[in-house]
Amino acid sequence: MATVSVPVERTSSRPAGSKLISRIVLYTVLVLIGLFFVLPLVWMFTTAVKPFVETLQITWIPQEPTLQNFRDIFNDPSIPVLRWFLNSLGLATAFTLSVLVLDSLAGYAYARIEFPGRNALFGLLLATLVMPGIMFLVPNFITIARLNWLNTYQGVMAPGLAGVFGVFFMRQFFQGIPKELEEAAYIDGASVWTTFFRVSLPLAKGALATLAIITFLTSWNDFLWPLLIMNVRERQTLPVGLATIQGQYTFDYGKLMAGAAVTAIPVLILYTLLQRYIVQSVAMSGLKG
Amino acid sequence: MATSQQAGTQTIATTGTPARRRVNFVPYLFILPHLIFFTAFLAYPFFYGIYISLFNFDFLRPEFRPFVGLQNYNNILFNRNSVQFTDFWSAIGNTAQFILYSVPFLVIFALLLAVLLNGNYRGRNVFRGLYFAPYALSVTVAAVLWRWIFENGGLLDTYLTRIGLPPLGGLGAQPGAWIGITVATIWWTIGFNTVIFLAALQEIPESLYEAASLDGANKVQQFFRITIPMLRPVLVFVITIALLASANLFGQPHIMTGVQSRVVGTESIVQRIYDEGIIQYRMGSAAAMSVSVAAVLLLLTTLNFRIFGRGEQQ
Repeated sequence: MATVSVPVERTSSRPAGSKLISRIVLYTVLVLIGLFFVLPLVWMFTTAVKPFVETLQITWIPQEPTLQNFRDIFNDPSIPVLRWFLNSLGLATAFTLSVLVLDSLAGYAYARIEFPGRNALFGLLLATLVMPGIMFLVPNFITIARLNWLNTYQGVMAPGLAGVFGVFFMRQFFQGIPKELEEAAYIDGASVWTTFFRVSLPLAKGALATLAIITFLTSWNDFLWPLLIMNVRERQTLPVGLATIQGQYTFDYGKLMAGAAVTAIPVLILYTLLQRYIVQSVAMSGLKG
Repeated sequence: MATSQQAGTQTIATTGTPARRRVNFVPYLFILPHLIFFTAFLAYPFFYGIYISLFNFDFLRPEFRPFVGLQNYNNILFNRNSVQFTDFWSAIGNTAQFILYSVPFLVIFALLLAVLLNGNYRGRNVFRGLYFAPYALSVTVAAVLWRWIFENGGLLDTYLTRIGLPPLGGLGAQPGAWIGITVATIWWTIGFNTVIFLAALQEIPESLYEAASLDGANKVQQFFRITIPMLRPVLVFVITIALLASANLFGQPHIMTGVQSRVVGTESIVQRIYDEGIIQYRMGSAAAMSVSVAAVLLLLTTLNFRIFGRGEQQ
C-alpha cells in the first residue's frame, strides 16, 4: 500500500489556479451549509434579548438589547424555570450514574465472565434493539402507574435503565482489554470482583466518560417520557417545561426564545467542551451496526 | 473465555468448596441490576403490551376490563364505524408521508455532508462541530426555534416576500406544516447520520482510491464504485435508524402544529397513541395500535436488511 501511495499525488497534476477555485467553492459550500445550522441558533439568541416590540419586526440585530425576557421567565411563578433546570440537572445526573454502574457491571460480565445462559441472555438483549420503542409506551406507563410512580423522578428514570446501548458499549470496550492483565490478577489470587474493580474498571475511564456524556445528553433532552409521567408542573424537566412556556407565551417570542436559550445553553456548553467524546460515541453506535 | 472460566473456578477453590459442581452465582450478580430493569421495562412490556391489546382496558376502571379478543385490532384496522378507525389511519398516512419526506434527505444529504467533511482541508473540525451541534439539543428547542421561523409572517415568509416569492403561509396549513416539520427534523438530526457515515468513510482504505485514480477513475466514479459499495452495511444501518426515528415522530408536530395537528394533517402515530392511551385512557386500543405499528416497522426493518444487506451475515 505504501509503495502505491508514494507516486500518486492526486491534486498535483492540476494547475494551481483550478486548485484555488475548487478551494473557494469548497469553503463557500461549507459556509452556506454552516449558516443553515447556525442561523436558527443566532436567531434564537437575538430574539431572546429583544424587547417585545422589536420581536414583532424581522431584524437580526436588537436595537435595545435587554435581559428582561430572562428576568420575566425566571420570575413568573407559573413557569418555575429555575426549578425545571434543577430537576433536569438532578435527573440527568442520577440517571447517568445509575447507567454507569448498571451497564459497566453487566457489560463486563457479558464480555469477560463465562456463565450458563450468557449467550441466550445476551441474544435477548440484542433482540430488543430491533423492537420499535413504540411498543413499550403504554405498558410501561401502566407499570409505572401500578408502582405508584406517576409524577415521581424514579418513574421518569426507571424505564431508561433497561436500555441496552450502554451494556453493548461497555461490553465492546471490555472485550478489547488484553486478557493477560486479568489473568495476572487471578494468578495472584484476586476474585472476580477485585479484578473488575482494581484492574478492568480503571482501564475503562475513557469509555465510561464517553458513555456518561451521551447518557447525560439523552436524559437532559428526553421529551416524550417525562411528558407522559410528570403532570406536576414543579417536577417537570426543562424540555417539557419549555413546551409549557410555549403554551403560555405562544406569541411572545422574546420570552419563548429566552426559555429555549436557557434549555439549550447547558448542552451547547457541554457540547463545545466535550464534542470529541460525543462524536466518538455516536460513531461507535454506527460501526457496531 | 476459557481462561476466565478457569479463573472463576479458582476463585471458588480458594473459598474451600467443591468447585466443579457448585453453581457460581457471582456472574449473575454482575448482570442482575441491569437485568431487573431490562425485565421490567423491556422484556415484560413486550408481552404485556400484546396482552392488554386483547382487553377493553380502561386504566381508571380496573373493575371493568373485559376480554375482547381481536376487537381492538378490528376497530382500528377494519371497522369504519369505530371511533378509532379514521384517526388511526390518517395518523398512519401522516407518518408515512413524513417518512417519505424526511428519510431521503436524512440519508442522502448526510452521506454528502460526510463526504464533504471527510476531505483534507483546514478548519474541517470546526465545520464538523457546527453541523453536528443541533443534535445535542432537545427536540423542544429545535421545534420551538423552527416554529418561530416558519410561523405565519415569521422570518422565512418575510424573506420569501422580500425576494419576490409567495410566502409559505405558516404551519397552520399544508404544505407549510410538513415543510416546517421536515426542515426542523433535518436540522436537528442529520448530524447523527453524518457522524456515522463519516466514521465509516474513514474505515475505507485510502489505497482503494489511489488504485482507482491510477486507473483513471474520476471522483464521481470513485464515489459510486468504491464509496457506496464499501459503505453498504452502514448505509443499510442508517436507512433503518432514519426510518425508525421518523416513524417515532412526536415532539416536532406536538410543538409546531400542536392541537391543530389533526386538522392540519400532521398528527403522527405516536401522537395518536399518546392521545388514545394516555389522554383518553383507552389503553387496550392504544396497545393494539402500538403492536400493529411495531409489527409493520419490524417487517420493514427486516426487509431493509434482507434486500440491501445481501452478502452479509444475517
